[in-house]
Amino acid sequence: MSAIELDFTLARGNFQLQVATDIPARGVTALFGPSGSGKTTLLRCIAGLEQADSGRLRVNGEIWQGEGINLPVHRRALGYVFQESSLFSHLDVRRNLLYGLKRTPATERRIPFAEAVQLLNLEALLELRPQQLSGGQRQRAAIARALLSSPKLLLMDEPMASLDLQGKAEILPYLDSIHERLQIPVIYVSHSPEEVVRIADHMLLLDNGRVQANGALNQLLTRTDLPLAHLDEACAVVDGEIVEHDRQYHLTYLAVAGGKLAISQLAKPIGHRARIRILARDVSLARQPAQQSSIINVLPVQVAAIEPSHDPAKLLLKLDMGGDFMLAQITAKSAALLALQCGEQVYAQVKSVALMR
Amino acid sequence: MSAALTDLDLSPVWLSIKLASVTTLILLLIAIPLAWFITSRQRRWKSALTALATLPLVLPPSVLGFYMLMLLGSNGPLGQLSQQLGLGSLAFTFPGLVIASIIYSFPFALQPLQNAFEAIGRRPLEAAATLRASPLDCFLTVVLPLARPGILTAAVLSFAHTIGEFGVILMIGGNIPGETRVLSVAIYDHVEALEYQQAYLLSGGMLVFSFLVLFLLHYLNGAAGRHTLTTAPLAAANGRDSSR
Repeated sequence: MSAIELDFTLARGNFQLQVATDIPARGVTALFGPSGSGKTTLLRCIAGLEQADSGRLRVNGEIWQGEGINLPVHRRALGYVFQESSLFSHLDVRRNLLYGLKRTPATERRIPFAEAVQLLNLEALLELRPQQLSGGQRQRAAIARALLSSPKLLLMDEPMASLDLQGKAEILPYLDSIHERLQIPVIYVSHSPEEVVRIADHMLLLDNGRVQANGALNQLLTRTDLPLAHLDEACAVVDGEIVEHDRQYHLTYLAVAGGKLAISQLAKPIGHRARIRILARDVSLARQPAQQSSIINVLPVQVAAIEPSHDPAKLLLKLDMGGDFMLAQITAKSAALLALQCGEQVYAQVKSVALMR
Repeated sequence: MSAALTDLDLSPVWLSIKLASVTTLILLLIAIPLAWFITSRQRRWKSALTALATLPLVLPPSVLGFYMLMLLGSNGPLGQLSQQLGLGSLAFTFPGLVIASIIYSFPFALQPLQNAFEAIGRRPLEAAATLRASPLDCFLTVVLPLARPGILTAAVLSFAHTIGEFGVILMIGGNIPGETRVLSVAIYDHVEALEYQQAYLLSGGMLVFSFLVLFLLHYLNGAAGRHTLTTAPLAAANGRDSSR
């Protein structure tokens, strides 16, 4: 029952959207794909802002569309954050925030005003008009406003697309805290791999109006038949739990699938969940665990796939860590010297690991 | 001059103001929903409706007045209706003038409203809908406040245009003191009677009034513009704040 079941068909000129799939009703699902792939159209169909030619939508078992029902937008318990500011310019920030809250029946309210204001750090901005805010501040207010209507589903359409780097850096920590503190499923449209890697738990890949793939972030990032694994910045994202701090060397150890990885010391308690990114080009392979090496992160893995890459000198390998996967980019020559075969046990040496959240 | 002042019959002034006020009020009540309806329609419908509504703008007032007379007169369909209802003919009466003025000033109310509604765009409406506002709720709490400058412009223009009306009134209302003898007609009468002093006074008053109306219009619109101007440096300052 805990799923968002989608089935939309829509034709607009040359473009055809045909999506029938389920996504989990928890965590952040990234709707990812090139521009024109139908990400925003699908999001608007879910919101009811766009009327599909035929559509079915169930959120946690509740029918929003289909079987003779088609709830208008204002009867769908959703929050929507638009690409650019959608704050009402005739209201100050406080009254913008209250707009949705006032229209939410008291029994359905789950997020108090003060909590949303604190979560998105808006105390100092409440009396200002939207025209007086920076881009990042406006989007923060828009996110808080959406949260205050106590949505059962939060839809975000590239909320950082209109922001500069600084604005993006300003928003990201708040997205993380929403993720940590509130149990609202989020569908997040993006065409930026960096954003997805940081934010998403699950991914729905769209291409030309159709579902190309749908699955957990780690699985999709490391699928060699999908374009993501062939980017220069191809990487795997692995979630782990802090198990140990090494104060002498300023390291923190994370338990991940298949072993432990060291990262620079992280000021979080044991048991805290963290996410790391491992770039394919930072992973090398060895038949034996290296005895004398500067690399401390070595995990036993099984070669799951060997694929050519766009560079004929290099191969892309998919490595099974025991549940989660990572990618390695090695030269075709080393692969030949090591005589690597699919299914073999080898050691992955990870030169660097980046903390995502 | 003082004799002219004391002799001056000011009732046409009050009649003009009354006519303009009543007309503006009714006009807004009709034009606001209509403008919104047109704005949310398809292109083809929009063009046809807008053309129809702006027709009074290009027709000579005498043509309009003539049609009004035919419509409201004792043989016209509206005139017959009002007679059957026991209200008498509408031609040469104040209510007749109000109806004619509404039609005559219609484009002046409709255009600014339509522009204002169109300038709002889809985004605020969609945002309101995702915040659980029904279409009517959204119209009242988002569309109307955002269109306020347009509504103000529509009101001022309709009022001023009705005050300045002459041809249509002459055709449909004639020149009945206290009933249909409005300011512009009174001035015409004074000139006909070679009472230039009275004509001067009333015309001068009209000139000052028109200036004041236009001044008010530009001042109010300018005030709206200045608001965003003065806040721009503030927004920049805020942007710097957040970078710390």
